[in-house]
Amino acid sequence: MVQPISPPNPGRRKFLSYATSFLGLIGAAFVAVPFLSAFKPSARAEAAGAPVQVDISSIGSGEMMIVEWRGKPVFVVKISDNSIKLLSKVDPKLADPSLETPFQPEYAKNEFRSRKEGIAVITGVCSHLGCSPKYYPEAGSTDFDPDWQGGFFCPCHGSKFDLLGRVYAGVPAPTNMEVPPHYFSKENILVIGSDGVS
Amino acid sequence: MAANEKNSGGIVNWFDTRFPVTDLLERHLSKYPAPTNLNFWYLFGFLMIVVLAMQILTGLWLMMNYTNTAEEAFSSVEYIMRDVEYGWLLRYMHAAGASAFFALIYLHMFRGMMYGSYRKPRELIWVGGWVTYVLLCAEGFTGYVLPWGQMSFWAAQVIISLLGSIPIIGEDLATWIRGDYLISGITLSRLFAFHVVLLPIMIIAVVFFHILALHEIGSNNPDGIDIKKHVDKDGVPLDSKPFYPYDITHDIYALGVFLLIFCSVVFFFPEGGGYVLEYVNFEPANPLSTPAHIVPSWYFTPFYAMLRAVDFALFGFTAKFLGFVTMAAGIAIFAALPWLDRSPVKSIRYKGILSKAFLAGFVVSFFVLGYLGAVPPSDLKNLLAKVFTVVYFSYFLLMPIYTRLEKCKPVPERAPGH
Repeated sequence: MVQPISPPNPGRRKFLSYATSFLGLIGAAFVAVPFLSAFKPSARAEAAGAPVQVDISSIGSGEMMIVEWRGKPVFVVKISDNSIKLLSKVDPKLADPSLETPFQPEYAKNEFRSRKEGIAVITGVCSHLGCSPKYYPEAGSTDFDPDWQGGFFCPCHGSKFDLLGRVYAGVPAPTNMEVPPHYFSKENILVIGSDGVS
Repeated sequence: MAANEKNSGGIVNWFDTRFPVTDLLERHLSKYPAPTNLNFWYLFGFLMIVVLAMQILTGLWLMMNYTNTAEEAFSSVEYIMRDVEYGWLLRYMHAAGASAFFALIYLHMFRGMMYGSYRKPRELIWVGGWVTYVLLCAEGFTGYVLPWGQMSFWAAQVIISLLGSIPIIGEDLATWIRGDYLISGITLSRLFAFHVVLLPIMIIAVVFFHILALHEIGSNNPDGIDIKKHVDKDGVPLDSKPFYPYDITHDIYALGVFLLIFCSVVFFFPEGGGYVLEYVNFEPANPLSTPAHIVPSWYFTPFYAMLRAVDFALFGFTAKFLGFVTMAAGIAIFAALPWLDRSPVKSIRYKGILSKAFLAGFVVSFFVLGYLGAVPPSDLKNLLAKVFTVVYFSYFLLMPIYTRLEKCKPVPERAPGH
């Protein structure tokens, strides 16, 4: 066995071990950057998230059109005059009727959750686990609610929303459905995915 | 055979002097001392090794014809089913193999819980097995997404959006995992990479660790006695028999029975009544339309029921996040068993009435939650799910108390009928 020439110095050895390990960890952190970053949405995926434009003149009163934006369904609903009268009736059953949580742009924090009276623009994704709720516009008795006033019902876990995408209290979904950024470039041309220049 | 050939200077000897072939085979297979009192509950580990090999083999072959893009994935699976020679068989074997793997691992885990196989000194064997189970869950989930049918897509949507419920970092984390703002081909492609490379490598590594650790410590047995206390002059436990030929014959017989059932499913009920392959998944993924009734694979339904049972916010956390935590805890808590059990005995055979009652409660809750997770929700079912979630967790969380309170029977020194 070869003996060390200089006397052992445990303190120095320990310091060197820690210093080497520390520098090694910093190096590992830098090496991790490209690997972790490659997981982020690519430039192409980001570009695919651009705004979409739709003509809403074909939607009849009480009808809904589904528009795809960023792969998610966006519900565009022309709420019928009759349903508009019923909207305030469900307020007591809702978790957040006055839109306190910021699940809509500032300009949509109004009675109609929209840029325009009677046109609801809602991201059709349940705030529970991302299923797409079904449209049940007619008021009346249904399987899931004997006193239904019209709105959306999520078939996955039974969450209920009104026609403006406001969530009922006591259902699995914690928040209102989101209102995406949107504006009207012309009378009947709706742009989803951008706040527009206002 | 080894003793003679070792001195014969033959080919075995040539290898043995360079790599311990004979020694390894004897230690891990032929001469491994298995307790004499093992029963049928000890067959499932062996069967899982066979299923693992089958999954790797069929998976490799499926991969040769599968395309991991959102546009092509669904049709490539149809192509495998219709145009590839015996492609249907490879796919049905792989799908039924996944279900079989979970059925076997649940039986295997229950065996460990009954006979206290997780107790000292086998804590690491148990934890290693638990890691395998968690990896298998990830493998099952990623594999489920690959056919890119409606259920594939929406299961991925539900599971990944669970991460979004984590406070503050959740949404960014979910986007990072998806690699997109929605579940897309980008997500499919990375889940494919996990399914065919990362997770199988990890599973094989952990299974190796599990078996090495087991063979170092030795198998537990239905009586929970330590067979190493009484050994013969060569150090071999008196209450043991060599794996070859005694145990391997049992295992091979069991394999025959298993294959009889397995092949019946593969050939005659390949969809398993919608449990092996779900009917909704025969429709291509459509991001704009959610299926009316989303259910996970049967082997996840107990935990899915827990997720749905939590529908109330608490301490400033959303119901969604708490549901996610409960579901994760339901899986994680198995790992804590070695430290929760304070009983002086290992096996349920010698434990008191409380342990038996709580274990029975656990089994009932597992099945009831499994049923509730597979059917559409209702108010009554939600209440039941809450009750049985509490029963499920009480088996684990009250264990340090009830295992100390109860009166146990004396454990014999030697295996019965020695």
